[in-house]
Amino acid sequence: MTRSDPVISCRNVWKIFGPRPMDALAQLRADPQARPDRHVTAVHDVTLDIMPGEMLVVMGLSGSGKSTLVRCLSRLNEITAGEILIEGRDIGKMSESELIDLRRRKMGMVFQSFGLLPNRNALENVAFPLEMRGQSRASRIARAREMLALVGLKGRESYFPRELSGGQQQRVGIARSLAVEPDIWFLDEPFSALDPLIRREMQDEFLRLKAILKKTIIFITHDFDEALRLADRIAIMKDGRVEQCDTPDRIVLEPATEYVARFTAEIDRARVIHASGLAEPLTGRSAEGPALPGGQTLREMARHLVADRRDWIPVADAQGRTTGVLERARALDILLGEHV
Amino acid sequence: MSMAGNIPLRPHQDLRPRVALILIGAALVLILGRNLLPPGLMRAPDWLVLPFADWINVIFAFLRDDLGLIHVTRAFAAMLEWLLDVTANLLYGKNRWPRLGPLPWSAVAVSMAALGWWLGGWRLAALSGGTFVWIAVMGQWQWAMETLSVIAIAAPFSVLLGLVMGIMAWRWTWAAKLMNPVLNVAQSLPHFAYMIPVVVFIGVGPKAGAIVTIIFSVPPMIRMTELGLRKVPEEVVESGKMGGATAWQLLRKVRIPTARTEILIGVNQVIMQCLAMVVLASFIGMPGLGQKLLQLLQALKIGLSVEIGITIVLIAVVLDRLSKAWAMRQPVHHDETLPWARRHPVLVVWALALVAAFALAQIFPLLHQVPRAQALSVAGPLDVLVDGFIRLVDPVTTWLRWFLITWVLIPLRDGMLWLPFTAVLTGIAAAGWSVGGWRSAAVVVAFFGLIALSGWWDRAMITVYMVGFSVFIAALIGLPLGIWAARSETRAGRMLLLCDSLQTFPSFIYLIPVVMLFGVNDVAVVAAVVTFAAVPLIRYTIEGLRGVPAELVEAAHMSGTTRRQMLWHVRLPMALPVMMVGLNQSVMFSLFMVIIAAFIGTQDLGQELQRALSATDVGKGLVLGLAVAFMGLAVDHLIRRWSESRSAALGL
Repeated sequence: MTRSDPVISCRNVWKIFGPRPMDALAQLRADPQARPDRHVTAVHDVTLDIMPGEMLVVMGLSGSGKSTLVRCLSRLNEITAGEILIEGRDIGKMSESELIDLRRRKMGMVFQSFGLLPNRNALENVAFPLEMRGQSRASRIARAREMLALVGLKGRESYFPRELSGGQQQRVGIARSLAVEPDIWFLDEPFSALDPLIRREMQDEFLRLKAILKKTIIFITHDFDEALRLADRIAIMKDGRVEQCDTPDRIVLEPATEYVARFTAEIDRARVIHASGLAEPLTGRSAEGPALPGGQTLREMARHLVADRRDWIPVADAQGRTTGVLERARALDILLGEHV
Repeated sequence: MSMAGNIPLRPHQDLRPRVALILIGAALVLILGRNLLPPGLMRAPDWLVLPFADWINVIFAFLRDDLGLIHVTRAFAAMLEWLLDVTANLLYGKNRWPRLGPLPWSAVAVSMAALGWWLGGWRLAALSGGTFVWIAVMGQWQWAMETLSVIAIAAPFSVLLGLVMGIMAWRWTWAAKLMNPVLNVAQSLPHFAYMIPVVVFIGVGPKAGAIVTIIFSVPPMIRMTELGLRKVPEEVVESGKMGGATAWQLLRKVRIPTARTEILIGVNQVIMQCLAMVVLASFIGMPGLGQKLLQLLQALKIGLSVEIGITIVLIAVVLDRLSKAWAMRQPVHHDETLPWARRHPVLVVWALALVAAFALAQIFPLLHQVPRAQALSVAGPLDVLVDGFIRLVDPVTTWLRWFLITWVLIPLRDGMLWLPFTAVLTGIAAAGWSVGGWRSAAVVVAFFGLIALSGWWDRAMITVYMVGFSVFIAALIGLPLGIWAARSETRAGRMLLLCDSLQTFPSFIYLIPVVMLFGVNDVAVVAAVVTFAAVPLIRYTIEGLRGVPAELVEAAHMSGTTRRQMLWHVRLPMALPVMMVGLNQSVMFSLFMVIIAAFIGTQDLGQELQRALSATDVGKGLVLGLAVAFMGLAVDHLIRRWSESRSAALGL
């Protein structure tokens, strides 16, 4: 497989809870607006591709099906219809032992309420997945120590979960999920159970780890700000459907549905939109002079935008190549608000 | 939040009170027209009485002889006996392999103290060590060790069996569906009903005592294991799965360790049930504290029985506290840089103390064994004290006894026996109907109908009157006491602690003070049952009242309620569903107690059960036991139904 093949690929995935899911599925396929009795459609015909090294944030309010979707991707939940390919292999067709092997080598997951074993200390919790795959005691303890040091818990190895704060417990959860060096990293609302200050700190910690580790990441959250802050791409879910799946810039600039627009309405867009996101193609326009760095948000270069008198300002990527031009008036509108 | 939204609306619900009223009317007609009734409506006619006992006897004979089950049970009993001999040798020096014992009592006491320290600090160490010192010094070592040596074998067996069955019930729905009704009946069968089949298959003596103890104490372990496994948070299981655990690894390394607390509470219940049963197993020739107590009580040696009673109570409290402390124990990390001895101080001290105990026991034989002749006894002064006290209260108790027997107990009993059985059944149906519609009516009528068909109706009615009257008196005492105790936090805490301790005592213990006060008669039985039955009522009244949401109480305060209004209009209505759980337990406890108390003289099912036990009549014994269980289950059904619908209506 080549670099550009998706790591995870969902094709028309459905997950329906209830006594007779297949009947409900037939009903829903005939009429997408139907609400079958005693059945809950947690995932409604979702098709998604996740590229290697990409970070996809799945955002939705509670009950939108985001946690179920991620549990389908790891086959903690069996899907009702559709297929999920991990590196080209259909996980629905895997045997129990193949699935266990996949989880032992490829996947790591972080849980909202941490999911730590109360009878094991931090070190033993982190070593748990290594123990499951039969690694020797010495090597798994060494690896677990390394992982705890990575998440900043050196010196707390022998503490039990109940002796750690929420943030520290989640650090243990993160260390455990990374212990097997997974290629795919699932995080199910990892910071939702933490209070706001700790949450911010853990997000920074997460960005640091993300930069070092370069994994394919699926991150679940109900917090739109968190999604904007962390994501390469955001999938917004409602009633089991993906309403829009796009970069933060485009979601803010061009919400696909009214539901998405309601989320973005209250957002300070200048903090989200990057110069590159607002840039238009060079075709026919000439722009001269120093270029703006495409990776910065409008807010970050606000002073410059106000001072620069050019109507069209070139935008450059990280390598310094000009990739497009930015209309100053539009950028100022976003920065200052359109109706003054 | 609308309350109506929580009540499941059923179209026939409005009809319920009307049908119940009609049924009550029918019952009244049957009672008023009693003299005109054909005898078939007074008592179940002979052709209706089914020979259940004979059928059961045929089945047992088939199992025992034709299927050869007796060889299996005898082989199992032989294996058990070997294990019992090992503990018996170690604890009180029975002349069997490994022939090392008896261990010096001081060594045992030191070990128990160390265990107490490790599990719960120095207070528990003092209680636990002190209990064993008391046992040795009072010269009861042999009896107490006879009792404990059986528990030491029976409890682990029971825990293991319960664990496996609990896992099965959790894993397979069919197993849970199969076990649930069996457990319901098993937990309402009186102790004696378990003994008779065991006597048939095993005989009498310690091994029979051990087996009956194992069987009796398994149900709570099954329940707690299943509950614990169901309560494991989904995310913990998922994290195990994502860690790549196989199904077996999940069970062993994730589910069972996470369900630790519930499972260990199951262990606690097993130990307490074991103790209760071992004491009662004296009826089938199990030596130990129970047998001694039984002999002394029958000989009316109050002082000596009180001594034994204190020992049993102390053992009960120690075993309960130790196993609860184990269940509640949370893991604590140790500083890894400290030396080994500093991280395990209890172990070091215990080892040193143990060596010291063995050495000293060699030098001072009194630290090895305390012979009866040198033992202390408070029986003499206690007897004098008790005699004085009884002489003091005798006018009161004599009058009370006379009054209760002539004016309450006998009229009540005659009244119950006077009622046509059809009227009773119709009345029960009315209660069932008003609580849960025709289904509940059918359930309770089936339970009582089977009793009528068994031919033990009169005896059952005597049991009903004793339980009914005792629970009534227990409620008169327990409810006000509970309400009073719930008024202050500290008082409630103390009362709950007292109730907790009282509930750990084996039921047999309650007979000592009542026999002392009232002698051997119905009044003593009622007094014992009342005391035993009041405990859960007090307890749940306190818990119910203290469990009323604080916001609701604050809201009522802000509406300007007086204390009385608060109690009647806010606290009591909200607490009622919980209090009914207490009533339910109270009825169950009374049934058990009435049956146990039979040996001090009643004419109810318990007395017949005793007779069946001495004649080892399995069929009769099981029929009587089931009759008791069915009464309990019928009451349980009624109260539970009512309490559930009430809770739902209150949105609790």
